Amino acid sequence: MGQYFPGDSVIHRMDPRTKILGLVIYIVALFTAKSYASYGLMLLVLALVIRLSTLRLKMLLKGMKPLLLVIIFTAFLNLFFTEGEHVVFQVWKLRLTIEGVRTAGFMLARLVMLIMGSFLMTYTTPPMALTDGMERLLNPLKKIKFPVHEFAMMMSIALRFIPTLVEETDKIMSAQKARGADFETGSLMQRGKALIPVLVPLFISAFRRADELAVAMESRCYHGGQGRTRMNVLVMQRRDKLGLLFCLLVLAATIALAVFGL
Amino acid sequence: MRGGAFPGICLISAAGADSEKRMGIPLEPIITTKNLTHIYSRGTPFEHTAIQGVDFEAYPGEYLCVIGHTGSGKSTFIQHLNGLLKPTEGTVLFEGQDIHGSKAFTHSIRFQVGLVFQYPEYQLFEETVRKDIAFGPRNMKLSPEEIERRVQLAAQWADLDEALLEKSPFDLSGGQKRRVAIAGVMAMQPKVLILDEPTAGLDPDSRAEVMANIERYRRTMNACIIMVSHSMEDAAENADRIFVFHDSRLELRGTPAEVFCHSRELQDMGLAIPKAAQIALRLRDMGMELPEGLYTNEQLKRALLQRKGGAGLA
Ligand SMILES: Nc1ncnc2c1ncn2[C@@H]1O[C@H](COP(=O)(O)OP(=O)(O)OP(=O)(O)O)[C@@H](O)[C@H]1O
Ligand SMILES: [Mg+2]
Repeated sequence: MGQYFPGDSVIHRMDPRTKILGLVIYIVALFTAKSYASYGLMLLVLALVIRLSTLRLKMLLKGMKPLLLVIIFTAFLNLFFTEGEHVVFQVWKLRLTIEGVRTAGFMLARLVMLIMGSFLMTYTTPPMALTDGMERLLNPLKKIKFPVHEFAMMMSIALRFIPTLVEETDKIMSAQKARGADFETGSLMQRGKALIPVLVPLFISAFRRADELAVAMESRCYHGGQGRTRMNVLVMQRRDKLGLLFCLLVLAATIALAVFGL
Repeated sequence: MRGGAFPGICLISAAGADSEKRMGIPLEPIITTKNLTHIYSRGTPFEHTAIQGVDFEAYPGEYLCVIGHTGSGKSTFIQHLNGLLKPTEGTVLFEGQDIHGSKAFTHSIRFQVGLVFQYPEYQLFEETVRKDIAFGPRNMKLSPEEIERRVQLAAQWADLDEALLEKSPFDLSGGQKRRVAIAGVMAMQPKVLILDEPTAGLDPDSRAEVMANIERYRRTMNACIIMVSHSMEDAAENADRIFVFHDSRLELRGTPAEVFCHSRELQDMGLAIPKAAQIALRLRDMGMELPEGLYTNEQLKRALLQRKGGAGLA
């Protein structure tokens, strides 16, 4: 999961709604991109935003590590299972074609840019601001009785408690390790079993926390979204409008490139 | 402020008792740390130096207290002593050997150096108290008879009766849970028992009981106790030596008398010094000549009576 790295760049200060919409537009553009030129444009945009965000490239790459397997697997599938004429070589049923290399290359680039784009959003936006933005963006759905506020509240609670649970897991694991528990060696079965001393206390404490939170919310008269006002009202600034305009222009450019087959 | 200096200059009669306690202790330390430094999340914007340059040694049978302000690095420090955290820099030696020398050795250290975390009751998980206490010994791969023997012993130290052993740990009171969790570590019979604020959040009765359990363990096993504490009074009362952390460094160390020679520095670090030391400090500020390093009511009373010319209570 993305983590927030505090900062004071333009990207950090942007309205969360801009960032969410911007990311959506960027992803759409990524999927319309077909040519070297349009992929180059996407890369340029990404580089620009990374530059503006003052995040270090190393950090973004580090965050990709857990997803590396998925990325490699996807690239592999594309590499060998793309139909094509120009066969480079063939081993058993695996056939490497020029088309395969091209598709795999594009797929890889698309995936990496997509993940980086999402990381850029989560790294520069506090989770609470993100859910706030999401709630505002989904507001029209209230018309069709979709429980937007409840949905956003669930999201923010989940987001709020993920770090807590991670920290708690760490603590409990350390405590059991101090009593000689071993999580690193043994068969899969043994390792699974070794997790019981961690999972039981973790669940108990999660339920306790949920209970406490419910009591705390009720004692502050929480009763859902109706008539609730906010302390920090989101307001779109000039930079947000410019940012969105920029994203739309990029999208238009990729569509144009695709239409003209460049 | 004097970094980790041994304040040897203040000679007071009151220090006599503490110095005697240290006599007869073998010269071979059981745990030594050299230039211990730990940096969390290195290479990210969250990089944080939790402890730096800590030189520390503990001898068998000693009762040590580690005190310091919130966030001064106490918990980080003690997690190095049983190998849970790996030093960013520096070494930790157990009986002269580097505890990160080999994986097997690091693992075996867990049983020699018992660590009780803050709020240890959150780590209970078994169906019965007996099974939970047996978790540590079971991980040591001991025979069933030996495990049972150790559970019985630990239950004695922690004052848990037979009926309680069959209960679910989740049906106990807060104080009982705490003692069960501590017993779970004592059952491994470590040579060094480290406790992170073992009395936090307990009522005075449970607090006294936990302290008594620890003392009982120390007596029977001649174990070295290292206790992290917020309470200066507790530290003053029990400790052979006190280690004061401040801003990730070990700033002061020595017998209680030696450490309380620096009452004012301790106060500047935001630590609450014992009542008697506070009074002594105020009296000295008001111009009264008192020896340094007074920290118990008894010492203060004696010093005040002496000033009056030895007259008074017989
Ligand atoms: N897992 C971690 N990751 C990053 N920083 C941490 C971690 N654990 C502790 N720290 C930081 O290291 C510093 C020292 O923490 P530590 O827990 O050792 O303090 P402490 O002296 O035990 O405090 P307390 O009296 O509140 O228990 C703190 O500033 C804390 O924020
Ligand atoms: Mg602590």
